[in-house]
Amino acid sequence: MVSAILEGLVKALELIASGDPTLVDITLRSLAISGLATILASCWSIPLGVFIGLGKFRGRSLFKGLFNVLLGLPTVTLGLVLYLVFSRSGPLGFLQLLYTPSVIVIGQAILITPVIVSFVANTLEAVDPEIRSLALTLGASEVRASLTVLNESLNGVLLAVTASFNRAIAELGVALMLGGNIRGATRVLTTTIALETNRGQIALGIAMAVVLLSIVGLVNILVSQARRWI
Amino acid sequence: MIELAGVSKIYNGIEALKNINLKVERGEILTILGPNGSGKTTLLKILGALEMPTEGFILSNGVRVDEGNAEETRRTTTLVFQRAVLLRGTVRDNVAYGLRIRNLAGPEIEKRVKAALSLVGLEDLADRPSKGLSGGEQQRCSLARALVLECNLLLLDEPTANLDPESMIIIKQVIKRLSERGVTIVLATHDLKQAQELSERILLLDGGEIVESGRPDDLFLGQSSDMARFTRSENFFSGESRVLEGVARINIGGGVEIHGALSRGGPVNIHVRPEDIIVSNERIVSSARNNLLGSIFRIEDHNSIIRIKVDVGVVFTVQITRRSFEEMGLNVGQEVYLTFKASSVMLL
Repeated sequence: MVSAILEGLVKALELIASGDPTLVDITLRSLAISGLATILASCWSIPLGVFIGLGKFRGRSLFKGLFNVLLGLPTVTLGLVLYLVFSRSGPLGFLQLLYTPSVIVIGQAILITPVIVSFVANTLEAVDPEIRSLALTLGASEVRASLTVLNESLNGVLLAVTASFNRAIAELGVALMLGGNIRGATRVLTTTIALETNRGQIALGIAMAVVLLSIVGLVNILVSQARRWI
Repeated sequence: MIELAGVSKIYNGIEALKNINLKVERGEILTILGPNGSGKTTLLKILGALEMPTEGFILSNGVRVDEGNAEETRRTTTLVFQRAVLLRGTVRDNVAYGLRIRNLAGPEIEKRVKAALSLVGLEDLADRPSKGLSGGEQQRCSLARALVLECNLLLLDEPTANLDPESMIIIKQVIKRLSERGVTIVLATHDLKQAQELSERILLLDGGEIVESGRPDDLFLGQSSDMARFTRSENFFSGESRVLEGVARINIGGGVEIHGALSRGGPVNIHVRPEDIIVSNERIVSSARNNLLGSIFRIEDHNSIIRIKVDVGVVFTVQITRRSFEEMGLNVGQEVYLTFKASSVMLL
């Protein structure tokens, strides 16, 4: 077993070093799909998180609790539900999106929505309530004061987006069930790892795992550098 | 320049201010003196147009202030909060915030920020992240951020409360200097000595009402009954005074006799500032006339300073810096000596 892992690691490094075209293709697809999903989800989740974090309305804590529960949503459960929705006989079957990269983007965007909403809401709640008053007394307009509050929580928002990207690129359930792991079309890092390991191709599986971990690590390093500068 | 007429403010069913009538004159330095919870902060927030009165109205240069035009008033009036609230970024970013909002040119901002920082003694820390400052430095940064705007009216909420001595001195100097420049200042404090030293007019606030107002001399030496009501605050004592050889010996109960540099005999109300008392593990031989032995029964942590309650028969509050506190290794239950000069005893 140990020798298999070592052998896998060596093979993995060879594949990475030689810039294996399959590996590059799959990696780029993973980055594109999960990156798009993160951008898409941010578009609706950040405003929603701001609304929940700063808003004063009835049922706010219930609303927030719901998103906290959804944080732990198993990816296969979401995959199953979306499969039924997008399958030929499902309500959105006419779009014919099943087994395309687009549907993985949509699925992952839905999956990570609670991550962004919860993190953003929490980070805004944690901003000192006096910041708004401070901005106002220093001469800011109401709009400018709200922007100042958001700016104070920029770090937390960035963290939310990073965490959601990590969850998107590392998930398997949605990509496998909606994408179908079609070579050259919907095959991404996680589905390849699952497939290759099943086929006994440990080395390729490990190579993909190494790449996946490197991406997640690299993104986190870049973001933490960026957080220091903003 | 700003006037409150019949102002009341109700927060969650509690009346924080009751029927306040007040006129702040251009160029004056007015102190609002009152115990914690007397409505000082609320009054300042209304003067700064951050809150609107529940009843009554605010007049700014004769114009009534409402939600619609509050922003105009806020452009010429700034409040410095009791607890320093700092924005992300460096000290410089914080101080420049209000100038950027006003769309000033870069070199002008740079010039004014530099001047403001040097006034509060933070010029060397301009590029430090604001969150890394000590408590006193944070408060000085907040003050610089307000005074850089060159507002007509500066509102200060307990500007020196719980600060290290260095910051306290700097802030007091800045207040004096601004006042000399003609800035109108309204200052809230519960520190009697500060009120006496800094202000031209004192307003006594208690339970949301103005109970007395006047010049410091009249209030402090006129045996004001309202001043005596501050017994809820710290280190206020009433007792019988006997004047012997130019020193008043005041029996304040609990078997405690205090020597004060006062010439009044009979019943008196006195106050000793918590920061004027020296605390020591051994008895100090010095020229100070008061030396009391007691035990610590409470320690309150206010970041850079520590307040200690000591029972010497009556309870004294002593304020020391965190460094002294840590060096002395003080604990609850420990016996300590309190030392202060007869001249630190203030007559009310």
